[in-house]
Amino acid sequence: MTSPGSVLIVGVSAAGLSTAEALRRQGHQGRLTLLDAEPHLPYDRPPLSKQVLAGDWEPGRAQLRTQAQLEALDAEFVRGEPAVSLDAAAREVRTDTGRVLRGDAVVIATGLTPLRLPGRRALAGVHELRGLDDALTLRAHLTAAKRLVVVGEGVLGGEVAATARAMGLDVTLVGLGPAILAEQLGGPVSERLTRAHTERGVTLRLGVAVEELTGHEGRVTGVRLATGELLAADAVVVAIGSRPATGWLEGSGLTLGDGVECDSRCRAADGIYAVGDVASWEHEGHGRRMRLENRTNATEQAQVVAANILGADRAYAPIPYFWTDQYDIKIQAHGLPTPGATVSVAEGDLDQGRFAVLYQESGQVTGVLGWNMPKQARVLRQQHLATRPVATA
Amino acid sequence: MKVIVDEDKCCGAGQCVLLAPEVFDQREDDGIVMLLNAEPGPDQYDLVRESAAVCPGAAIEVSEEA
Ligand SMILES: Cc1cc2nc3c(=O)[nH]c(=O)nc-3n(C[C@H](O)[C@H](O)[C@H](O)COP(=O)(O)OP(=O)(O)OC[C@H]3O[C@@H](n4cnc5c(N)ncnc54)[C@H](O)[C@@H]3O)c2cc1C
Ligand code: SF4
Repeated sequence: MTSPGSVLIVGVSAAGLSTAEALRRQGHQGRLTLLDAEPHLPYDRPPLSKQVLAGDWEPGRAQLRTQAQLEALDAEFVRGEPAVSLDAAAREVRTDTGRVLRGDAVVIATGLTPLRLPGRRALAGVHELRGLDDALTLRAHLTAAKRLVVVGEGVLGGEVAATARAMGLDVTLVGLGPAILAEQLGGPVSERLTRAHTERGVTLRLGVAVEELTGHEGRVTGVRLATGELLAADAVVVAIGSRPATGWLEGSGLTLGDGVECDSRCRAADGIYAVGDVASWEHEGHGRRMRLENRTNATEQAQVVAANILGADRAYAPIPYFWTDQYDIKIQAHGLPTPGATVSVAEGDLDQGRFAVLYQESGQVTGVLGWNMPKQARVLRQQHLATRPVATA
Repeated sequence: MKVIVDEDKCCGAGQCVLLAPEVFDQREDDGIVMLLNAEPGPDQYDLVRESAAVCPGAAIEVSEEA
């Protein structure tokens, strides 16, 4: 397809907004329509479990762009209206008010929906964390609560536990895995991180499932584990993962697997693209389908999607990258630091407060991780993985 | 072109350094962005714009006025 006259973007957060900006930067002069379910101006999510939850930033600080920057995009914003269906052939999107929006190209950037505990009762004091309102509600509750149970030992669970601990709460973290971030970072580093949580006073219940939430008069009172143990709690955060927000695409004719399935160009169908957490695409470098849930992917993929909308034919084959901040620990992970890999120390010492490690599989470096060594990790990435963050132009 | 960075928002990803090493660097100890050149020349414009676009902390601001 050559340059489309109009582009409609559904979901205007990190990925959707970056696509809009990249389209303008790369020369799109036609119509640009930006639709989002949320009433808020686009904001960033990583601070929600960190600075915003801790109260270090007032919420406005997490806003992605100023009003003036948004206006400079010369786009038509439709806010507070979720898309409810897509007609892929006509490239028409219908919202919950019945409004119909069209684009010569349509970009799907609707992100994720957090999973809830199966059979979760409607109890006050139980939180999921994805959006700004979630973060503010949780913060208000944590400032009054005493005992928090975090369910989930992934990135979000670890960050919420760390932030709440720093706020002075009594925190217990429950997870199915053997260590915090075991699935993402593998043995040595996840064990080191788990130790850091214990040293800072977090109680851990790992390798165990949650049986049920207990409540009294509509408020949560605790979490019962499969072992029978009852953890008392006046606040519970459920961080057991998310699934791609594709409910509105049922019946659209697009292939929905683990996300919107795209080709290596991030194209789901003729004139339809997906970007960010919701997109599953063929990573040519790895020769397999991939879907990433991280902030850098959202902006990098946006550059490629915008270029392809404007007529380029570019494969998206990034080096995955994410960071997480827990207490005073800043972890940066480049590439694929898989649990199966062999971990070797490149700088520093695993027992100290700063180190960088390499992940290797069959003699090949597949991942680089820095623990309070962001610059060194980036340098190691350049030495071992590749030079540019994303292949553009 | 004028470049401004917000250290408080920078997460130390280093995407900017990978793209435009003549304009950006990172501090040795905490990886936070360091601006090497706040008014880079035209040969750097595209790289700086791209850095601002991909920065995962939304920490780089570019003003195009001379
Ligand atoms: C609390 C938290 C902390 C995080 N911390 C980190 C971190 O430290 N490092 C890191 O790399 N990543 C982190 N992430 C992940 C990162 O924020 C995401 O990868 C990124 O936000 C993905 O951007 P996105 O635009 O694809 O999706 P989202 O940011 O989820 O945006 C999706 C947008 O689509 C809209 N939408 C959804 N459904 C509809 C619909 N039907 N109609 C219209 N609009 C709709 C939503 O309102 C939303 O604005 C964190 C995420 C969270 C939630
Ligand atoms: S890309 Fe952004 S977040 Fe990363 S080091 Fe540069 S300024 Fe900081």
